[in-house]
Amino acid sequence: MINISEVLETNKMILEENLDVRTITMGVSLLDCAKTTVAETCRCIYEKLTSLAKDLVMTGDEIGREFGVPVINKRISVTPIAIVGASCCRRSADFVRIAKTLDKAAKKLGVNFIGGYSAIVSKGMTKADELLIRSIPDALASTERICSSVNVGSTKTGIDMDAVRLMGEIVKATAEKTADRDSLGCAKLVVLCNAPDDNPFMAGAFHGVSEADAVINVGVSGPGVVNHVLKAIRGADFETLCETIKRTAFKITRVGQLVAQEAAKRLGVPFGIIDLSLAPTPAVGDSVADILREIGLEHPGAPGTTAALALLNDQVKKGGVMASSYVGGLSGAFIPVSEDQGMIDAVNVGALAIEKLEAMTCVCSVGLDMIAIPGDTTASTISGIIADEAAIGMVNQKTTAVRVIPVVGKTVGDTVEFGGLLGHAPVMPVNRFSCEAFVSRRGRIPAPIHSFKN
Amino acid sequence: MKKAIITVVGKDAVGILAKTCTYLASEKVNILDISQTVVQDYFNMMMIVDYSKAATAFDMLSADLTRLGVEMGMKIRVQKSEIFEKMHRI
Repeated sequence: MINISEVLETNKMILEENLDVRTITMGVSLLDCAKTTVAETCRCIYEKLTSLAKDLVMTGDEIGREFGVPVINKRISVTPIAIVGASCCRRSADFVRIAKTLDKAAKKLGVNFIGGYSAIVSKGMTKADELLIRSIPDALASTERICSSVNVGSTKTGIDMDAVRLMGEIVKATAEKTADRDSLGCAKLVVLCNAPDDNPFMAGAFHGVSEADAVINVGVSGPGVVNHVLKAIRGADFETLCETIKRTAFKITRVGQLVAQEAAKRLGVPFGIIDLSLAPTPAVGDSVADILREIGLEHPGAPGTTAALALLNDQVKKGGVMASSYVGGLSGAFIPVSEDQGMIDAVNVGALAIEKLEAMTCVCSVGLDMIAIPGDTTASTISGIIADEAAIGMVNQKTTAVRVIPVVGKTVGDTVEFGGLLGHAPVMPVNRFSCEAFVSRRGRIPAPIHSFKN
Repeated sequence: MKKAIITVVGKDAVGILAKTCTYLASEKVNILDISQTVVQDYFNMMMIVDYSKAATAFDMLSADLTRLGVEMGMKIRVQKSEIFEKMHRI
């Protein structure tokens, strides 16, 4: 039988250390909504989402109350809209109509984000893919709850550099279209390499074509819990350190597993995966940077950061896979800047630069995330940043991503306020040398060789 | 059997257990086990209960217990027991 110390431990994690279920994300296939006219497609999308997910928010809240663990976000991911709209959209404006429909459905359902305004163009773009990509600035400027992602490369296909070049321009255009809100549109736009089909976390969530009609994916989080247990073993050897992180990751993931199974049962939708990521929030004590400090770094960015992060990421995975048979999504430690007070502090004291963050993305989940850069950064420089991250993902067979915000009218030294979970960020300097001639080349970077690993 | 865990946390005082148990009895919630400890002057009590014959819905029990806790100056939470079993038992 459960004893009092175990009960108190669990409740301390929830009440004091910010343990929560970060998101219950319902993945919904919209392939059957691909009709011949935009109006019909929009009607079908709205009807399908508002009937399938009508109880999502209520169920999430109910589970949260019964188990006493907060379920922060209830979200939806859909089939990449470039595929859904391919048969009916002839202009970028047609895609924007679909975006507005998704936004309307999100508001009706009470979910805070719908992901999947996406195109998968790892090897090349169809006409529809390109129309969707070109519609992103307008779509993000005219909606509130849409998240957009574009997958520009993979280990199997190489990197579509035409898409990389285009995405540099699209990120810039999105920043300009939402200039009145500190270029907030870019916070909802991510460029990926090796994007997973079952990621429940925004902005990169979409419901891949390999998935069933509907599925429940759950993202758990708890950097504060890991940080707290590490405080208790300060100075211990690496074996103890790793064992402690693993045990904690196991416990956190078990909560996610329980919530996912309950949500799937109550909604009558199959359980997909648990994403066992350490996802920070701007709240004090909910920081991945604090864990790195607890491991022994003065600030993230100090020499040793990449090794410490590699260790952390690996132990989180090892603990998590024991806790759930279906682990997927991104699974690892997230290192967004604006959403993590410890990362913001590290940038402010000059410990952390984009180049070090790039190195860190080699060993942890995802990539350059929620980084504010000067508004005068050129499109080609942004494309260069995207190409670098995509190359890291392609060669290392992992997911990488870029979510940078070139904040119109701001430069190094300024701070940007996004609000809520998106946090605030100091504008970080970007290397000013040009890569124009490199990213102007047409075509794609070939897939890497899979032997001779050095 | 439907098991839940009730935790009562706060400054120690007379009658905490009596009031909580009286409420549970009136709602036909059966107490299976009680343990308590005092950590840094704070009274921590845990009850394992069976609410399968409870007269009211789980959400109502939870709301009533929270209110009772406020009246006594304590924090009372009721949670379905699976969260603890999942986390601490393989």
